[in-house]
Amino acid sequence: MPGRRPRLNLVNLFLWGLGGTIIALALIGSFLTIQQGRLSIEQWQSLIVAGIALGSVYALIALGYTLVYGILFMINFAHGEVFMWGAFTAFFTASGLANAGILESSPVLAFGLTLLSAMITSMVVAILLERIAYRPLRGAPRLVPLITAIGASLFLQYTARGFYGSGVRAYPNFGLFGGDIQLGPLNVPVEDAVVIVSAVTIMLALYVFINRTRTGRAMRAVSEDKDVAAMMGINVDRIIVTTFAIGGLLAGAAGILYTLLFNQVHFFMGFLPGIKAFTAAVLGGIGNVIGAALGGMTLGVLEALGPNLFLTGYGIPAPNQLKDVIAFTVLVLVLIFRPSGFLGRKEST
Amino acid sequence: MDPLLRRAIVTGLLGSAAGMHVGLVGMLASFQRRETIADYISLGSTLPIVIAVIIGWRAGGPMRHPHLRPAGTQALVLGALAGAAMGVALAAFAIVITTLDIRWILANASQSTADVLQYGQGAGLGSAILILSSTALGTAGAALHVLPGPVARALTVGALVTLITSLMEPFLGAVLRNLSLQVIERFLYARGGLTVVGALIVFLLVAGATYAWATRGAETRRRYAGMPADRQRVGKIVAYLALTGLLLLLPQIVGQRLSEVVGTVGIYVLLGLGLNIVVGFAGLLDLGYVAFYAVGAYTTAVLTSAASPAFSPELPFWGALPFVIIAAAMIGLMVGTPVLRLRGDYLAIVTLGFGEIARIIFLSAWAQPLVGGAQGILTIPSPLPFTNHPQSIYYPILFFCVIAAVAATRLASSRVGRAWNAMREDESVAEATGVNTTTFKLLAFGLGAAFGCLSGAFFAAKIGVVFPQSFDLLVSINALALIILGGMGNIAGVVVGAIVLVGLPELLREFADYRLLIYGAVLVSMMLLRPEGLLPSRIRRAELHDVVGDDEEMYAREAGEETGRPVVSS
Amino acid sequence: MQKYTRWSAILVVLMLVLAACQSDGGGDGSEAPGESADASQPAESMGTGSAADCDADEFGCIEIAEGDPIVIGTALVITGANESLGLDSQWGVEVGASLRPNIADHPVEFDFQDDGCSAEGGTAAARALVSAEGIAAVIGTSCSSAGVPAAEITSAEGILMVSPSNTAPSLTAEDTHEPFYARTAHNDEIQGAAMAQYVCEVLSLSTAATIDDGSPYADQLANVFAREFESQCGGTVTAEEAVSVGQTDFSGVLENIAADGPEILYFPIFVAEGALVTQQAKDTPGLDDTVLAGADGYFTPDWLEAAGDAAEGHILSGPDLAFAGDFYEAEFLPAYQEISGEDSTISVFHAHSYDAYNMVADAIEAVAFTEGGTTYIPRTALRDAFFSISGHEGITGTLTCDATGDCADAKISVSQVTDGAFERIWPEE
Repeated sequence: MPGRRPRLNLVNLFLWGLGGTIIALALIGSFLTIQQGRLSIEQWQSLIVAGIALGSVYALIALGYTLVYGILFMINFAHGEVFMWGAFTAFFTASGLANAGILESSPVLAFGLTLLSAMITSMVVAILLERIAYRPLRGAPRLVPLITAIGASLFLQYTARGFYGSGVRAYPNFGLFGGDIQLGPLNVPVEDAVVIVSAVTIMLALYVFINRTRTGRAMRAVSEDKDVAAMMGINVDRIIVTTFAIGGLLAGAAGILYTLLFNQVHFFMGFLPGIKAFTAAVLGGIGNVIGAALGGMTLGVLEALGPNLFLTGYGIPAPNQLKDVIAFTVLVLVLIFRPSGFLGRKEST
Repeated sequence: MDPLLRRAIVTGLLGSAAGMHVGLVGMLASFQRRETIADYISLGSTLPIVIAVIIGWRAGGPMRHPHLRPAGTQALVLGALAGAAMGVALAAFAIVITTLDIRWILANASQSTADVLQYGQGAGLGSAILILSSTALGTAGAALHVLPGPVARALTVGALVTLITSLMEPFLGAVLRNLSLQVIERFLYARGGLTVVGALIVFLLVAGATYAWATRGAETRRRYAGMPADRQRVGKIVAYLALTGLLLLLPQIVGQRLSEVVGTVGIYVLLGLGLNIVVGFAGLLDLGYVAFYAVGAYTTAVLTSAASPAFSPELPFWGALPFVIIAAAMIGLMVGTPVLRLRGDYLAIVTLGFGEIARIIFLSAWAQPLVGGAQGILTIPSPLPFTNHPQSIYYPILFFCVIAAVAATRLASSRVGRAWNAMREDESVAEATGVNTTTFKLLAFGLGAAFGCLSGAFFAAKIGVVFPQSFDLLVSINALALIILGGMGNIAGVVVGAIVLVGLPELLREFADYRLLIYGAVLVSMMLLRPEGLLPSRIRRAELHDVVGDDEEMYAREAGEETGRPVVSS
Repeated sequence: MQKYTRWSAILVVLMLVLAACQSDGGGDGSEAPGESADASQPAESMGTGSAADCDADEFGCIEIAEGDPIVIGTALVITGANESLGLDSQWGVEVGASLRPNIADHPVEFDFQDDGCSAEGGTAAARALVSAEGIAAVIGTSCSSAGVPAAEITSAEGILMVSPSNTAPSLTAEDTHEPFYARTAHNDEIQGAAMAQYVCEVLSLSTAATIDDGSPYADQLANVFAREFESQCGGTVTAEEAVSVGQTDFSGVLENIAADGPEILYFPIFVAEGALVTQQAKDTPGLDDTVLAGADGYFTPDWLEAAGDAAEGHILSGPDLAFAGDFYEAEFLPAYQEISGEDSTISVFHAHSYDAYNMVADAIEAVAFTEGGTTYIPRTALRDAFFSISGHEGITGTLTCDATGDCADAKISVSQVTDGAFERIWPEE
């Protein structure tokens, strides 16, 4: 619209200036850091690998966000808690198996059971969320389901705290994933490798599911246009439930992989990964499955490298304290410069 | 199966699920410490009682799809059935958690939780009592549909107010003692709860008054409207004077400890009023409101404290205030500009991010030379140096709350307010009709920032120290929850929300433990049942209630009819 | 508009007047000094005193009628993420009361408050206690951030407050300490210096790095350690890093530290992050030979469990409970277990709160006097009696209070994790 442009110019200038300054600062910082040469190549590589591993976990969670957003155009704020509940159930399953001695005797079976319990719990929580908190509010003004989601997130977090206590619980060791493996020049810890491979496999399976099966096609149809899909005879309600269920399954798997990396569960553990996963989904293009995967990996690497790469060059004290700022800054930058993300559809947010 | 029958059983089981949830999070056991009616009913036992009445009411009421309305005795039977279902399920639950030891998973699946459900009488007798009482309570809940409207309403309001009076024991008790009305206090309260006699009297008085109002209230209102205009105005002036007097003398009335609580509530009212402008008026869901709060507090700290690390101008509080406003404007712009083109959900997440960034920076070693880092900034002087009495800070807070309320009210009915309304309803349409959304959005953020920063400044001055731990997401969630509860876009709503959601946890430690769980439940229930809040404005109710409510009831109410339904329904 | 201005001006003036003329609302504060003027005998084993003492005392006396309990308040973090710290201290106080149920022939009752481990929580708790009727003394707070405002409030009313776990130096520093505040917990200055001393003298290391978590406690300890390390051994601190509470991935910060290869990595943080850092440090190539060290923030069994095998060889500083010996095992722990319902202690400051209780009790008995059946405790005298305690044999050592309120027996010991258990290694017994 020709009339709009003059009014936005000042704002646009400010925003581009802000974004440009941030990127410039990051680049200069990287240059200075590399010049300083404190970290060796191996260390950078190790950070990148760790970043990709964590990023894969973010990607799995991000897929949940992106699938739901594609259909309902809302952020499922409580998705981080879906992830947390899966991880907690996995913890109790694993502890129970450890107590029963099954962990020692058949670790692979134990791992499988734990994975299953996590995925099922997350799926159930996601389905309950949809049924109780979101379905009654489908036609409501934007603000309403958003606030409900925030409320649901709080409720789930503090129910977990009430049930399980506020302390941190240490995860029993499966003993399957110790040590490192050599992949060419890279020295990759087995844990990280397992996480990356599992995540990629699951994502591939999802991709096949969405693009090759009837249900997947129905999901795509509903995300294109809900009303037309309904007219075509697709049971929109059921597809929505399926979407939430799949998101839940993915989050449950993410829960297991996360605890593989970090060995701890805690009632508040879903909050930051939830936000970061959402950032990843936006980064890759909300509504786009491959985008979510890419976005997750990218964010993971950016986070792992970020403080050391961008900030140590400036000699800031304790640069790693500002790690979370990096994730949020990425979000702001993406939304300023390219709100539709890497692979998203070009539509106004 | 008959749909009503099935609904009754399902409702009963849902009620038992709620009871199990409340038990497993530990609420039942920890609420036992407080008595609702001293020596007879503890707060822990009150929970299943209330749940049973609610499900009975639900089961005996009309159904929407298919449209059914149970007759009198049928409703009672349904209520009884629901209650019985709930009782049986809970009884089984209590027995399970005492026989199986699952405490390594669910720490509260313990004997103390079961004791609450079984009224301390053990598995056999206790379960029987539980089932019988749930059935009776379910029937009572359903009876609310059968009794004539005003009676049902009187009973509900009476019970509600009695419960609230009991919960308010720390507050009312202290007030009565302070006003040297110990006689009344000892009559009403004992051991932290209401006395039996006190409870009965309160219930009868309130129920009677409600009944009188319900039957004769319309007449009184007509007579009031029929009075000459200046008589009406005299009435209003008297009311305002009384309110002003009450507010001015509040610290004297409530005593020292509660003045502290009142001060905190005042700070959150100010926060709520500011957030109200951003969320309630302009419709921009800001989840990072704590950033403004922190900026205000730290600006005050840096400028007024002798312990300020980088430079200590040691301005007096009021001298620092203009700088606080300037800082507010700056940060309002900084936060508002990047989010101009974002809608709804994205806006929320990005502002959340800003809030977190603010907290991290204030905590960081990097910013420590300026704002003290983890060690915070100490020795912040009080705004009223001529009196060193801690209660005195209440007055500046009250003053600014009034200013904020007046400003917000005038804005709401001004051109700016109308522009915000338009923006909130549909942004694209507003743009198309020539509303410069950029300006109005920035204005909203700027004003919101001003009140947020002001509130932060008072927080710093009141506590006398700032530590970064005080500025986390909880503050933003608090502010959001209280305006949602009270009603977005409504001043009185903000005050009510602040009193309930901030005051109550300060007074009752049992609630403090479960504060955020309750906030979450409140947010979800409010959105599902009454999104316009407890005290909504007319516009809001029309905007929000249409979608999630009972239309015919709303139309009836607008037409001025008494539907005679219990007040708890929407 | 004119009308508004006029009304607002009137209101403002009213408010200022009211604010200036505040009277003491709510119970408390101005207890009447002892009323009887006749020279009655002071009762039993208590201090001698009389009505005149109460009149002379700036804050008056606490009055306890015959048979009424002495009320001691506590302000500890008993809800929220840090609840184990506060609950543990509260149970320590309760153990004290169970082993010593009477003070000055009166039973003891408690008023438990929550300090929320935050400034506003400390303020609220202090206010609640100050305005309650006749609190004799307060044991609190848990967290230093709560302690700063709380100390100010209680000192303004002349109520003695003894903290079992505040470690911030500012609370007992010459220019910032409050007159009625004391603590049985060691100053951070002491613990950080102790670790530095161990590292310098025993391990003879020359390069170190620190990580803190943004809490005042960890930040202070890391700073003190770094400062002492440099001045005592002339060592170099290669990095002073920080992480956030709730963070799980420490690869970035560890790689950054590993780049300089310090000989010791000191991270005086709490259980959750401490366990993760311990595990991930073991997986960081550059830190293979680095000694890992911590402080009493995670000197607990659940850290051992969370860190698992990676904890082996880890060194930690903490209060030296070796002094405790038999009493601790034989009497304190069983009472603790019974009161708390826990199998073992859940944090590290229960011994300090136990000692605080006993010291407060001693001070009360030293100055309380009875006239006509009512016991009077002059507030300033109570404070003076407490601050003059010297050589008190408690679980945490031999406590002597100095002029600014530090009473702790500065016995810090260093332990090492050997075969999955803590083993005390320094100083030699």
